[in-house]
Amino acid sequence: MAHLIGQLTFLVLLCTAGFFFARRIRQISSNIKLGRDVNRSDRPKERWAIMAKVALGQSKMVVRPVAGIMHIVIYAGFILINIEVLEILIDGLFGTHRIFAPFLGGFYNFLIATFEWLALGVLVACVVFLVRRNILPIARFRSPEMKGWPKNDANIILVVEVLLMFAFLSMNAADALAQARGLDHYIAAGSFPVSQWLHPLYSGLSDAGIVAVERGAWWFHIVGILAFLVYVPYSKHFHIFLAFPNTWYSDLTPAGSLDNMAAVKKEVDLMMSGDPFAAPAASAEEPVAEPAPFGAKDVKDLTWKQLMEAYSCTECGRCTSSCPANATGKLLSPRKIMMDTRDRVEEVGKAIQAAGGQWGEGDGKSLLGDYISEEELWACTSCQACVEACPINISPMGIILDMRRSLIMEDSKAPEPITAMFNNVENNGAPWAFPAADRGKWTDELASES
Amino acid sequence: MALTVPTLADMNARGETPEVLFWVGCAGSFDDRAKRITKAIARILDAAKVPFAVLGAEESCTGDPAKRAGNEFLFQMQAAQNIAVLNGYGVKRIVTGCPHCFNTLKNEYPELGGNYEVLHHTQFIQQLIADGRLKIADGQPFKGKRITFHDPCYLGRGNGEYQAPREALAALDADLVEMRRCKKNGLCCGAGGAQMFKDAEKGDREVNHERTDDVLQTGAKVVATGCPFCNTMMTDGVKNAEREGEIEVKDIAELIAEAADLL
Repeated sequence: MAHLIGQLTFLVLLCTAGFFFARRIRQISSNIKLGRDVNRSDRPKERWAIMAKVALGQSKMVVRPVAGIMHIVIYAGFILINIEVLEILIDGLFGTHRIFAPFLGGFYNFLIATFEWLALGVLVACVVFLVRRNILPIARFRSPEMKGWPKNDANIILVVEVLLMFAFLSMNAADALAQARGLDHYIAAGSFPVSQWLHPLYSGLSDAGIVAVERGAWWFHIVGILAFLVYVPYSKHFHIFLAFPNTWYSDLTPAGSLDNMAAVKKEVDLMMSGDPFAAPAASAEEPVAEPAPFGAKDVKDLTWKQLMEAYSCTECGRCTSSCPANATGKLLSPRKIMMDTRDRVEEVGKAIQAAGGQWGEGDGKSLLGDYISEEELWACTSCQACVEACPINISPMGIILDMRRSLIMEDSKAPEPITAMFNNVENNGAPWAFPAADRGKWTDELASES
Repeated sequence: MALTVPTLADMNARGETPEVLFWVGCAGSFDDRAKRITKAIARILDAAKVPFAVLGAEESCTGDPAKRAGNEFLFQMQAAQNIAVLNGYGVKRIVTGCPHCFNTLKNEYPELGGNYEVLHHTQFIQQLIADGRLKIADGQPFKGKRITFHDPCYLGRGNGEYQAPREALAALDADLVEMRRCKKNGLCCGAGGAQMFKDAEKGDREVNHERTDDVLQTGAKVVATGCPFCNTMMTDGVKNAEREGEIEVKDIAELIAEAADLL
């Protein structure tokens, strides 16, 4: 009977977690779809290769070896220990205990031993990460945008991982003690190279105490994982899922290349065609639609890929720490651009949901202006260091340049010297006020050198 | 020695076709310091017996600074105009004196109808040396001299070219050293994204001063550049550090031209 109640409780918890997770994923997915369309499905072979190398293979993480290698330990631990979680799920649903052991025999012992070493690795890495984030003077964890929730979010994740790993090892320690005492239900299975060090903590307990620790740790571990599953998509930690699609949908053009806006090309083509009747004739055949704004003022003007990037960002700050503007004390932080985009698309998504799927006139706010200032945008040198630094190929620069387009082409707002530069390019084909006729002056000088 | 550089119009009138079009760029045409780089490139092309021409008054801004500053309309107008000129002459191969022109012509013009083989001048110079078309004189002026190369963002990160400029410099038999931040992690000079044409936003210091610190750490006597804007920024940075007497800032084209005894 007790077993049955346990199984039912487990089933209810599993379904509840699954429900909340699925609901949140649907919400994120519809938020991402608020973005403009962009084709990121061409050249699939290259895309799989990039995903394998950058997300699965963590190739850009190890550029910074200390954080990179420890991240790989946590990543490997997360993926491999999930095999153990699968066993826990089956045991939980069917009231079995270590169900894989009889099938796998000696290999089971090897697996459990591997998981234990990984759990120790994860535990150590998480503690080191907590120290790095909270004690060591590492600038990228102390930027203004990391105050409050982003800092707490990171610490919550790390502390939960430490607790989960400790629960996992405690479960195994108590299990081994129960096996040694020949307690009912505890079949001899597993090899416990790490958790044996925890035996002194629990060996003084009675048989019932041992079982309580083992069951308690088992429940804590699995309930913790289910709670984590629901928490993750509300957190920066969602990168553990989105890193994969985000790298698959990477921009395959050279980093220096910036897209040519199709809407502008259409207008320029009409102007260059030299046919005064071309424009009205062409537009008469097409249905009159609300013209899309130039550039990005709000999240709906960004592409779905840019919105996906905002949800994929785990706020590591490598972009910000490699940004020349940020390094010299300017207001711009590429990481903040991604965090602002995510906060804003969350806000818009919630408002649309509250209004029954309608956005209408909006809420009078926008990403540009209410979240991101012109001063931040004008500090960018478009050097692509942020794009290069991102371990999962996010481009904060893309959003910055799209917002500059909105400033210029929608609002005609530019620093005065930039306006002067535009005028020069337009009037004399150079960013400075020199006449085109003088372009060949250096050849005259060269021709008269002796 | 006097050198006559033909325009494409001249060549066309004579019924000749150049091997490459030398795309000079705005800085290379108008900025007095950058003009010396332009002349060095022309001398190298001439010494390597490369038939080349320039557009002269028919060249116009590629539109790069307008595009990066958000004025896509102006960029595409410039592109359309330049493509009409280039296609009108049937241009196939372009060598640029500026990585920004290089990037724009190479990556952004094809979709707008301009398809050319585009090379940055350091790539072309490296090819000329490798093919034996350009001879470096004996008795090297830079032998053993400590030189560091500052990667231009739009050549390096932007287009993945880190090797060619370094291989060209290797011909100098100098003591090539890397800065703390180089290649993929190279630090910008501060001029890109149209920053060249405006004051920097409010901050603690200038980007080029930060970059000059990287140079000073190497103990290099020469900063090699591949971009006229980087050249300006690094020259100002070295001046700001009051080291202009000891540290020279020179384009790779100038260093090679000097080593080949062309200046």
